[in-house]
Amino acid sequence: MRPSPHRTPELLLALLALAAQASAQQTPALWPWPRSVKVSPELLNIAPENFLISHGPNSTADPSCSLLQEAFRRYYNYIFGFYKRHHGPANFQGGAQLEQLQVSITLQSQCDSFPTVSSDESYSLLVQGPVAFLKANRVWGALRGLETFSQLVYQDSYGAFTINKSIITDSPRFAHRGILIDTSRHYLPVKTILKTLDAMAFNKFNVLHWHIVDDQSFPYQSTAFPELSNKGSYSLSHVYTPRDVQMVLEYARFQGIRVIPEFDTPGHTQSWGKGQKDLLTPCYIEKKETERVGPINPTLNTTYTFFNTFFNEISSVFPDEFIHLGGDEVDFQCWSSNPNIQDFMQKKGFGKNFKRLESFYIKNILDIITSLKKGSIVWQEVFDDKVELQPDTVVEVWKNENYLAKLEEVTFSGFKAILSAPWYLDIISYGQDWKKYYTVEPLKFDGSVKQKQLVIGGEACLWGEYVDATNLIPRLWPRASAVGERLWSPETVIDIDDAYSRLVRHRCRMVSRGIAAQPLYTGHCGH
Amino acid sequence: MAGCRLWVSLLLAAALASSATAVWPWPQYIQTYHRRYTLYPNNFQFRYHAASAAQAGCVVLDEAFRRYRNLLFGSGSWPRPSFSRKQLILGKNVLVVSVITAECNEFPNLESVENCLETFSQLVWKSAEGTFFINKTKIKDFPRFPHRGILLDTSRHYLPLSSILDTLDVMAYNKFNVFHWHLVDDSSFPYESFTFPELTRKGSYNPVTHIYTAQDVKEVIEYARLRGIRVLAEFDTPGHTLSWGPGVPGLLTPCYSGSRPSGTFGPVNPSLNSTYDFMSTFFLEISSVFPDFYLHLGGDEVDFTCWRSNPNIEAFMKKKGFSDFKQLESFYIQTLLDIVSDYDKGYVVWQEVFDNKVKVRPDTIIQVWREEIPVDYMKEMEEITKAGFRALLSAPWYLNRVTYGPDWKDMYKVEPLAFHGTSEQKGLVIGGEACMWGEYVDSTNLVPRLWPRAGAIAERLWSSNLTTNMDFAFKRLSHFRCEMLRRGVQAQPISVGYCEQEFEQT
Repeated sequence: MRPSPHRTPELLLALLALAAQASAQQTPALWPWPRSVKVSPELLNIAPENFLISHGPNSTADPSCSLLQEAFRRYYNYIFGFYKRHHGPANFQGGAQLEQLQVSITLQSQCDSFPTVSSDESYSLLVQGPVAFLKANRVWGALRGLETFSQLVYQDSYGAFTINKSIITDSPRFAHRGILIDTSRHYLPVKTILKTLDAMAFNKFNVLHWHIVDDQSFPYQSTAFPELSNKGSYSLSHVYTPRDVQMVLEYARFQGIRVIPEFDTPGHTQSWGKGQKDLLTPCYIEKKETERVGPINPTLNTTYTFFNTFFNEISSVFPDEFIHLGGDEVDFQCWSSNPNIQDFMQKKGFGKNFKRLESFYIKNILDIITSLKKGSIVWQEVFDDKVELQPDTVVEVWKNENYLAKLEEVTFSGFKAILSAPWYLDIISYGQDWKKYYTVEPLKFDGSVKQKQLVIGGEACLWGEYVDATNLIPRLWPRASAVGERLWSPETVIDIDDAYSRLVRHRCRMVSRGIAAQPLYTGHCGH
Repeated sequence: MAGCRLWVSLLLAAALASSATAVWPWPQYIQTYHRRYTLYPNNFQFRYHAASAAQAGCVVLDEAFRRYRNLLFGSGSWPRPSFSRKQLILGKNVLVVSVITAECNEFPNLESVENCLETFSQLVWKSAEGTFFINKTKIKDFPRFPHRGILLDTSRHYLPLSSILDTLDVMAYNKFNVFHWHLVDDSSFPYESFTFPELTRKGSYNPVTHIYTAQDVKEVIEYARLRGIRVLAEFDTPGHTLSWGPGVPGLLTPCYSGSRPSGTFGPVNPSLNSTYDFMSTFFLEISSVFPDFYLHLGGDEVDFTCWRSNPNIEAFMKKKGFSDFKQLESFYIQTLLDIVSDYDKGYVVWQEVFDNKVKVRPDTIIQVWREEIPVDYMKEMEEITKAGFRALLSAPWYLNRVTYGPDWKDMYKVEPLAFHGTSEQKGLVIGGEACMWGEYVDSTNLVPRLWPRAGAIAERLWSSNLTTNMDFAFKRLSHFRCEMLRRGVQAQPISVGYCEQEFEQT
């Protein structure tokens, strides 16, 4: 899952030449830090009116690739700040100039596809005058490389745009680098989601884990079951229409970000009950049915008919090969109170073991997903409760106690794992908690090389109990950036002081790009 | 302080309706009725009572009328309601405002009428069809404590003027009436002094963009005045002053390592006459720039290690016969207090000044900020008032400290008078402040961190001590935070749920 760095022989030569020159130079505020960085003290000037980002002559992509065209424009604007700080015609004292960045895709570009877990995000960057070269196997690497290039450019004290000659080769350590947002506890306007995608790209995140529904509300507008959101959303304006979802998906694709929807069942489903009759289990008190309902009713055939149709829709709406099925925190109390469930358990020979009922349910759902040619991601309880999983099921470890041991256990069983336990960003505390997130080492468990390769990445989770559009951005950034670097950069990148000095500047860069990232500590940004 | 009486009995009748669940902070006396009246945006007026001491031309009220009109109905134009002739006569909606003493051109206290208008605006609600209603309501209201403040720190991070002005707006919605402006500190000196321009030139983060010009300060003061808010400026000395040093050579104490200056600096140097000459001139300026009677002189967390290292300080102590550094600190602060009282100003100081037994004037206000040290903050309140000083409480209300979950509840539950003491002592507690220190706060996260958490403190300081029901508070605060969102304030949620109008990203 971890593509090896892509290096051409010519780059190697230049790299050796530069290595000699690389001296005491303030490191550029690159975030996350690339696999290999050689920065020369030699400077190049860039004049905005005399600079362009273009396709290399041998690139498999051309101007018909709107994903790259949009990226070129976006990064041009990020680099030059929409000319806001431009001081009129540049007046350089004859220094070397950088006039062009040529972007070349070497293999089939994948320009019109959606990114996947195995997408190649590696790239190499050779910055020299007058033309710099960005090479990548696929457009996904080009997107990451453009971000890095934009981070190399700075304004000198006279306001002139400047870049050091440099050579960078880069590829991510982990393939799955996600942010979880929760649009059920609080509805997040589409604009806020798009902003988040912008910031994710600045930090080389590549998965938006969209925890779209939960107990509190059902904002996803289903075409097959419109009553789910009609009755289950907070209000009719607190919904995501098919058009909204399409917009998020396409916007994410343009940034090389996958969107994995989560439809968490059988628990966390109160809001489903309002628009879908008999889906949830009626709870009983002393043999009498109450108004209360519990998890999905796993005993009825209608339940599985419903999910078949529902997930059929989901698998066609969301292009990603994975669907997150949840499966966390199932409360057995309601099930155990219900005589019909008890009968069913008896018939199936489950005895009093509700974990077996849960397993039965989840197994059915997993089969549905498999039949739709999709892969499944589940929360760790599904693994803990010994549900029979498909070999390609991915287990997400979220419980904080002994999460490394859990990773060991999951991978020992041969399953792929995603780590999010130490990265619950909704849990806030006073001070610089980013350091806590930064110092996590996801592979610090006993296990074979093969086991460690099964850890495909991690996610920073921002659950929504106390988060909505008013505070999402400053709560997420730059704290999530710490997770971003941990998942992208080599495991040797752990110097916390160096990280601090880069992250301070990176957060100012995010602010200048319109992301209200909160401060790390006392100080100021240049603008 | 004049009270607020609001008798809403407008003309026009209607049917049953919901009651005043959005009112925050809760009034001292309120009675709501089912009877409701329709408000017609195009027809509604604020009007001065014929017997009112304030009349049209009173800037504070004229401006407030316009502001609240916009808050109520938005600034758009509303179609004239189509009445039959008979209805038209009944359709005159008027809120009559009467003021006993005007003080329109003075600095606060004119807050009471302001606060009336705020309450009135919170009583108006909108039906699903978009009609504005108000229920028949009787309110008699006045604040429990006269000093209800928010502290903002513009030194650790610079806050753009617009952030400050926006905060003043929201303070008014919450009936806060003191903006405690912690202008300068170790990190930066953004206050542009016209007598000592070098202070900002050398001590600010950026002497062009990260400063408050005289015009900015004036604007803050006037903006606050129009909302019935006092501006309490803090210039904290002798500690927390590193940013003063570059602009005023000789002001700070050089620290020594061994027998040589180490190149670092400590607190203000209390042993030099030049220090007091400087302070005298500086505070003369400050006294004239800030109209409030009170200045905040800081005095917290003075670190003695640098003083201790310096042989000149040692010599000075010997000469004065001081045996410990608290005496030196006292000497400095007393001299400073004398300077400031000569300018006919009162002063507020942090609790250390009291703890370190500095002799202060009896009318000094002591602000309690430490939760445990040297004693529990309630004990500290007891001791300060026992000594006959007035006290301000902020220890339990440090909003910069964040934890997971609804921490507003803990702040709400604080009872400022829950200490042993006579009723006379309790009368010396003039209020409290919610403090938003700036180490981790700038304009990116100030607003959601401040609101609605500060609202909990606003109600504690305004409403009766009997207003303590948590469920009722939760319901109203949830509602009020949505009302703040409607008014464009980026106030964060206190639980799961939604507002009709969510915050829109720009």
